[in-house]
Amino acid sequence: MKKKDVFLTLIAIAALFGVACFVQTEMDSYIRRIVNLCLVYAIIGLSMNLTNGFVGQFSLGQAGFMAIGAYVVGIFTVPVELRPNVFYAAPMNPLIADIQMPLWLALIAGGLLAALVAFLIGTPVLRLRGDYLAVATLGFSEIIRIWITNAQSITNGALGIKDIPPLNDVRYIFLATAVTFIFIALLINSSYGRAFKAIREDEIAAEAMGVSLFWHKNLAFMISAFFAGVGGGLYGALLGTVDPKNFLFTLTYNFLLIIVLGGMGSITGSMLGAVIVTAGLEFLRVFDEPLMLFGMDIPLFRPGFRMVIFSALLMACVLFWRHGIMGTSELTWKNIRAFCKNPFSFFGRKGAER
Amino acid sequence: MEFFQAIANMSGDSLAQHLANGISLGSLYALIAIGYTMVYGILLMINFAHGDIVMMACYFAFFGITVFHIPWYITFVGVIIATAILGVVIERTAYRPLRDAPKNSVLISAIGASFLLENLANYLFSGRPMRFPNIELLSQNISIGGIQIQAICLVIPVITIISLVVLLHIVNHTKTGMAMRAVSKDYEIARVMGVDIDKIISITFIIGSSLAAIGAIMWGIRYPGITPMMGVMPGLKCFIAAVIGGIGNIKGAVLGGFILGLGEILIVAFFPQLSGYRDAFAFIVLIVILFYKPTGLLGEKTTEKV
Amino acid sequence: MQTVKKGQITLKMKKILSALLASAVAMSLVAGCGGEKKEDAKASDVIKVGVFLPLTGDNAAGGELELRGIKLANKLHPEVLGKKIELVVADNKSDKAEAASVAARLIEKDKVSVIVGSYGSSLSMAAGNIVKDSKVPAVGTSCTNPQVTANNDYYFRACFIDPFQGTVMANYAFKQGAKKVAIVQEVSNDYAVGLAKFFKEAFIKLTGDENSIVEIANYQTGDKDFSAILTNIKAKNPDAIFAPGNFTESALLVKQARQLGIEAPFMGGDTWETQEFIDVGGKDVEGVALSTAFDREKATTPEAKKFLDEYVKEYKGEPSALTAMAYDAYLIAIDGIKRAGSTDTVKIRDAIAATKDLECVTGMTTLDKNGDPIKGAVIKTVKDGKFTFLDFVEAK
Repeated sequence: MKKKDVFLTLIAIAALFGVACFVQTEMDSYIRRIVNLCLVYAIIGLSMNLTNGFVGQFSLGQAGFMAIGAYVVGIFTVPVELRPNVFYAAPMNPLIADIQMPLWLALIAGGLLAALVAFLIGTPVLRLRGDYLAVATLGFSEIIRIWITNAQSITNGALGIKDIPPLNDVRYIFLATAVTFIFIALLINSSYGRAFKAIREDEIAAEAMGVSLFWHKNLAFMISAFFAGVGGGLYGALLGTVDPKNFLFTLTYNFLLIIVLGGMGSITGSMLGAVIVTAGLEFLRVFDEPLMLFGMDIPLFRPGFRMVIFSALLMACVLFWRHGIMGTSELTWKNIRAFCKNPFSFFGRKGAER
Repeated sequence: MEFFQAIANMSGDSLAQHLANGISLGSLYALIAIGYTMVYGILLMINFAHGDIVMMACYFAFFGITVFHIPWYITFVGVIIATAILGVVIERTAYRPLRDAPKNSVLISAIGASFLLENLANYLFSGRPMRFPNIELLSQNISIGGIQIQAICLVIPVITIISLVVLLHIVNHTKTGMAMRAVSKDYEIARVMGVDIDKIISITFIIGSSLAAIGAIMWGIRYPGITPMMGVMPGLKCFIAAVIGGIGNIKGAVLGGFILGLGEILIVAFFPQLSGYRDAFAFIVLIVILFYKPTGLLGEKTTEKV
Repeated sequence: MQTVKKGQITLKMKKILSALLASAVAMSLVAGCGGEKKEDAKASDVIKVGVFLPLTGDNAAGGELELRGIKLANKLHPEVLGKKIELVVADNKSDKAEAASVAARLIEKDKVSVIVGSYGSSLSMAAGNIVKDSKVPAVGTSCTNPQVTANNDYYFRACFIDPFQGTVMANYAFKQGAKKVAIVQEVSNDYAVGLAKFFKEAFIKLTGDENSIVEIANYQTGDKDFSAILTNIKAKNPDAIFAPGNFTESALLVKQARQLGIEAPFMGGDTWETQEFIDVGGKDVEGVALSTAFDREKATTPEAKKFLDEYVKEYKGEPSALTAMAYDAYLIAIDGIKRAGSTDTVKIRDAIAATKDLECVTGMTTLDKNGDPIKGAVIKTVKDGKFTFLDFVEAK
C-alpha cells in the first residue's frame, strides 16, 4: 500500500465518522437503529469471513460466540440494584451478583471469553474438514445456547436479561467497527494473512511449506471468536435485552448470507454485504404490507412474503453469482482508480480473473 | 453415585418402557438418516434440506387426507411420489448447477434451499400447527406386559429394517447400485467410464427423498403436529446419526440412528435432572465421535489425496 | 460442448433473474410511493395505531390469533376523537433484533400514537427501551413476563402476569386434592419457566411439604418426543402434572402421556387455549385444566357480547383468550387516546396509566402502578372438543 493510499484511507474513515456523527445527531431513531445494526452485523460478518473466507474453514459457530459476548455484557453491565428485579425467578449466583463492569470492559471480557472457548473447542474440532467442521461448530453453538437456557442462576435462563444500559450511539459503534476493520485488514496483509490464504488454497501444500496448520487455524478461529463476542456484546447492548432464543443457530445464517453476498475472502465485501443485507431486509418490508395496485388487492403480499423473496435471493446469489459482489478482491484505491478510468474493461478483467 | 441409585430405583417396567421408547425413536432417526447418508455417499455434501423435505412430505399428507379426503393408503403413495419429485427438483435447481463449484458453495446452496423451503412453508401454510391425519389402525395403543406402546412404534423398526435390506440389495447387487458405488468412489473416473452421472444422482435423490417421505409419514403418525420448522431438529439429529455411523455407509446410518435414539432416552432415564440438556447430547456425541474416529463407527478410513 | 451449453443456460437464467429482480424493485417502489401518497392526503384526519406482532417465525400462530382480535376491535371501534383510526401492522418476525427495528420504524416512520403488542415477552422487552426513549406508550397483548412493565413507564399490558397465573393453578391443584405434583416445563420458554416457578412456590406453601413437587422435568421448544421424561414421571405416580408451555409441544406431551398410560390430570396456562391445541391433541387432551382470562359464560360486559357476536360472524368458532386479550389491548390504547383528548403521546401515556374500570371483553380493567391489569382468572377444561368453563378466581 502506498503512503498516499494510507492517507486516503484515513481520510475516508474520518469522513465516514463524520457521517456517523451526522446520523447520530440529525437522524431519527429508526435510521440510527438500522445504521447501528449494519455496523454490528459488519463486525460479525468480518469475524466470520476471517475463518470462512480467508482460512477456508467452514465454521457455523458464530451464534455461539455472539451468545458468549452478549451474555457477558448482559450479566455484568446490569446495575446491581436492578438485578433482583431481573433475576426474579432464581437469585443470581452470589459469586457474580455484585460484579459490575462498564460496557467497554464487558465487551472486551466477552470477546476474550469467546476466544478462550474458541481455543478449547478449536483444538479438537479444527482437525475436521468441510462439512464435518460446519456441523461440529453448529453443534457447539447449540450446546452453548442449551447451557445458557439451563444455567438459570448465572444467565437467568429462558427469562432473559433486561435493563442492560442501552447503547444507541452510532459514533461508538462506528469506532468499534472501524477498529475491527483496520485490525483484520492489517492481519490479512501480514505474514499471518498470507499463511491463512495458503491454508485456504491448499492445506497440504501449505503444511509442506512450513505453515503450522494447527497454530494458524486456531489463531484465526480465536480472533474470529473474539470479534464475534464483541459484536454479540454490542448486539446485546443495542437491544438492551438478551435471551437464549436470540442465539439459535439460524442466526448464523444471516452472517453467512452477508459474507456470501459480499464475497468470501473480501473484507470490504463483508462491509458492503452487511449494509446490503440489513438495509435490504428493511427495504423488502413493503412485500409484507398489503398492496393495492390499480384498485386491486394483490393477495401475494402478506406477512412472510418478504422472507420468501429474501431466501430466494440468497439461493439466486449462490447459484448465479457465486463469488458475491467482490469475490476475493478488495475495494482498494488502486481498483477504484482502475474502475474510474475504464469501468467496462475493469469488470471484464475481473470476470476473466474469476 | 446418583447413576447407580437411579438404576437401583428403576423398576423393571420402567426400564423396559425406556428401552421400547428408545428403540422406537432410534429406528425413526435411522430411517431418515439413511436418506442423508445416501446423498452424502454419492455427492459428498450434506443435504441440509433433507429435514425440510420431511416437513414438506408431512404437509403433502395433510393436504391429501385432511383437505382432499383421499384414503390414507392412496395418499401415502402419492406423498412418496410427490416428495421424490420435490427432491429431484431441489437437486436440479440448487445442486446441479454447482456440480463443479467448490464444496463450500454447495454447502451454502443446501443451507439456502433449506431456508427457502421453511420460509415458503411458513408463507403458504402459515405458522399455525396442523394435525397430521389420524390413522386409527397405526396410532392405537398396545400394551405388552407392563409396556405401553403405540402400534406405529412396532411398525417403524420393521420398515427401517426392510428399507435397509432393500437398499443394501440395490447398492450391492444391481447395475444402478454398481454405478452409484462407482460415482461415490471416484466421480471423474465414473464419468469417463460412461456412467451417466446426472441420472445416477437423480436416482439417488429419488431414493433419498422417498425414504424421507416414509420417515415423514411415520414421524407424523407418531408426533402429529406439523409446523414449518418441524424438520430442522430431526434433520440435524439424523445427520448426526449418519455421521456417528460413518457417513456414506447405510448400515452405519441405522446403527447411528439407534445409538442416538437410545442414548437420548436413556440419558434422561438415568439422569432425570439433565432432561434440559437432552438436545445437547446429540451434539456432544457428534464432537466426541469426530474427535476419536472422524470417519464414524463403520466408516472406511480415507486419506486426503494431494 | 456440454460446459458451453451449461454456460448459456446459466446466462439465460441470469437474464430472467435480473428481469425478475428489476420488476420486484419496481413493484416495491410503486408500493412504497403509493403508500406515501395515501398518507399525505389523509395525514391530518387519521390516528395511527401500531400493531406490533410476530406474524412469521416461531410465534406466528399466536401473532395471527391476536391480529384477529385487534382487527375486530378496530372494526367495532373505528374512530376516536372524531378521527379514523388506521392500523399499521408490522411483523416482528419473532426475532428480537427485528422487533427493535420494527418498533423504531413504527414510531419514527409511521408516526403512530400508540403501539399495541406483542405476543411473546422477549419481543416486547426488545421494544421496551425504544418506546421508553421516544415516549410513545405501548400496550402489550400477551407478554406475561413481569420484566416487561417493570422499570418502564411506557409499557402496559392487557394480560395478567406469570406469578399470578402460576399461583392460581397451584391453588386449583391443591383444591382438587393433589398432594404430589410433577412439573414439566418448556425450559427455553420464559413464560413456562415463570409459571412453573411460581406454581412450585405456591404449592409447597399450600401443602407445607417440601417434597410435594416430585419431579421437575425440562424440554426444549420444538421437541417432539417426551417419552423419556414421561416414563420417569409415571414411576413417581403424581396426582397431577403441571405442564406450562407452547400449545404444539404441550398437546404432543399430553398425547404421549396418555399413550404411556399416565392418567393423572394435566394442568397448564393460557397458551393452551387455542383451537390447535385441541386439533393436535384430539381426544387425549379431554379433561386438562388451564387458567385463562376469558370465558363466554363469565362474559359479563356488553363489550364481550359484541366481541363474541362479531367474532362468530367473522371467523366462526370460539375465540381464544389471546384474541380477547389483543382486543382489550386495543381498547385500553384507544381509551387512553380518548381521555387524553389529543395525540400527544405523553398525555396518552398518562391517560393509559390512569385506566380504571374500563369495560373490556375480559371484564372491567384497572391498571396497577406497574401498568399490569388487576383481573381475575378463569379455569377451563376441554370437554367434547371444546373449552368449557370450570371455575373463576378473583384477583387478589
